[in-house]
Amino acid sequence: MNASAGELTAEPEDFLATKKTVELSSYKVNGTVGDVTVTNPRMRAEQVNVWYGQKHAIKNVNLDIGHNEVLSMIGPSGCGKSTFLRCLNRMNDTIASCKVNGSIKLDGQDIYHRDMDPVALRVRVGMVFQKPNPFPKSIFENVAYGPRIHGLATDKASLAELVESSLKKAGLWDEVKDYLHQPGTGLSGGQQQRLCIARAIAVSPEIILMDEPCSALDPIATAKIEELIDELRENYSIAIVTHSMQQAARVSQRTAYFHLGDLVEVGDTSQIFTSPKHQLTEDYITGRFG
Amino acid sequence: MNNPASTGPKTVDIVNKTLEKRYAAERRFKLYGLTAVTIGIICVAILFISIVFKGYTAFWQTYLRLDIHFSEEIIAPDGERDAETLAEAEYQELIQESIFKLFPKVTDDEDRSKLLEIPSSSSSFILQRMVLNDPKLIGQKRTLWIPTSSDIDMLVKGYITRDLPEADRKVKNQTIAWVDQLVQQNRIEQHFNWNFFTKGDSREPELAGIGGAITGSFYTLLVTLILSFPIGVLAAIYLEEFAPVNIWTDIIEVNINNLAAVPSVVFGLLGLGMFINFFGMPRSAPVVGGLVLALVTLPTIIIASRAALKSIPPSIREAALGVGASKMQAILHHVIPLALPGMLTGAIIGMARALGETAPLLMIGMVAFIVDIPQGIFDPSAVLPVQIFLWADSPERGFVEKTSAAIIVLLAFLILMNLAAVILRKRFERRW
Repeated sequence: MNASAGELTAEPEDFLATKKTVELSSYKVNGTVGDVTVTNPRMRAEQVNVWYGQKHAIKNVNLDIGHNEVLSMIGPSGCGKSTFLRCLNRMNDTIASCKVNGSIKLDGQDIYHRDMDPVALRVRVGMVFQKPNPFPKSIFENVAYGPRIHGLATDKASLAELVESSLKKAGLWDEVKDYLHQPGTGLSGGQQQRLCIARAIAVSPEIILMDEPCSALDPIATAKIEELIDELRENYSIAIVTHSMQQAARVSQRTAYFHLGDLVEVGDTSQIFTSPKHQLTEDYITGRFG
Repeated sequence: MNNPASTGPKTVDIVNKTLEKRYAAERRFKLYGLTAVTIGIICVAILFISIVFKGYTAFWQTYLRLDIHFSEEIIAPDGERDAETLAEAEYQELIQESIFKLFPKVTDDEDRSKLLEIPSSSSSFILQRMVLNDPKLIGQKRTLWIPTSSDIDMLVKGYITRDLPEADRKVKNQTIAWVDQLVQQNRIEQHFNWNFFTKGDSREPELAGIGGAITGSFYTLLVTLILSFPIGVLAAIYLEEFAPVNIWTDIIEVNINNLAAVPSVVFGLLGLGMFINFFGMPRSAPVVGGLVLALVTLPTIIIASRAALKSIPPSIREAALGVGASKMQAILHHVIPLALPGMLTGAIIGMARALGETAPLLMIGMVAFIVDIPQGIFDPSAVLPVQIFLWADSPERGFVEKTSAAIIVLLAFLILMNLAAVILRKRFERRW
């Protein structure tokens, strides 16, 4: 990845040339390379377009998320990975200028249909953000907040149990069990991010969206989160946006490559990283730009 | 890229040449800043010191010890004890009797009338109130501390220069001799002036207090706070969190900012036109003052609250929405608790401004001379800054120190309020 940065500054014209030739070439007509669908998908996005005001941020994207799989989305900055991810639990609703069309189905049900309540949707599709963002409350309160507002725990004991099991699933329990009533903001960056994951899984979502969850973390904390993602796959479907190709290669089963709002290529992670079919994908993963 | 070292002078040499100049500029800038700060501090210090020196004596009052015989012949010669007789009795004669006894050698009528100017002209009311409260006093003897007249108070406090030619002096030689004699007999003392804090305004400086004005200010600020804090905070929350961004909200935003800059006297005129003339609310009443000051403080509170809400990072909202909180829950559970210290700070600063506001209250008649302490928000009342304005206008020497003392009290309240704002801000400083 570092090598790619060096090459980019060294050959800026090459990069532009690549981009231009590809954009003018046949790839737009052909759409996405590789199989975007899986059998029995958990979530299916069809012909999704997103605009921020005049800017066409996502163009005709089709993509499936399967059961118990980790789907990673890679691509250069500003290519629409995060935008697409935030469409999956309607987080973009909070941005006034953002317009979404196409269909995104969760278990066959359109999430942008007016019968679908965004609050109910977000209970089923949880999210972990780029920057760890625990509430400025105690560790316990952080995890207990979701179950509490949804009334998932009937009494104090079951709430405490739920908090404990969530923290255990997030691999944080042993580190914080004696400090549950200390502020969550006092933890280290990696612990905070695992706390956020615990908070997300406390409401038992079906899918977890992760938006560059390790970009603010050091390598050791990153390794822990990656390990955790692998364990979580047993019970959840996970879509993760990442800037690190190594991370995508390590944690995901399928990889989607985005480029300037287009979904360029989708495939098994091993295939994408060993024999990419599209020129752009190959250029990106070999570090020609990005 | 060429290596500059090989051709021209070394970069470090160029840097070294300019370095001294840069540091000199920095030192100069620091010096300017320090000078500005020093001038500011000196000005504030002069202001405070002069006010405190002029005003602190008003917290003490000169009293005269008199042995009063509540003689039955004077108060109730007919033996009747009904309230009317007692109220209309000649209490002045009791004072006369006791004072003349102190100076048996003074027999001339004119001199005697000068003697009677030593105690406050209100002394008879004090005796009247005592008797009305407890008619059993009649026939008994009591030693009382009666406030002296303002002139004597000034003389004892040293505000009247004795070296001045007698003709230019308010207190004549003869009276000074009497006062000195009374001081020697320990009959004149300075006591802490509780009346200053408990009594209302008066034409006599020795009786005037800020009790009425403080009560009036309290009621006025109460009305202001009850109206402007909830309205301001709710408006801020709506505008910041829920309102769509369109031309109307833009217009509202611009107008709120403009309102914050409108001279407060204009709000006073609005209050006069709307609340008093149109709605027929009472003049000089805290309810109208509070309404007007609520209008004055509303923009401040809205702007401060919006700034507080804006300073909450969006990540907190996203975190709440991400676990399935509704927008209202995210705002109510997470954003508002974090923004509340900022909102409260804004409210306190707005209240401090309202406390010192004078001009709009003149417009709605709070400048009237009101002796009684208001019992509610509909009673006519004075407020502190207007009381200061009134006293500063009075010619009597005694009101000069009262004015400064009232300013000290007002400043003390303002400092307390601002201190509370600072403490709130420090205590609940951002914790994310």
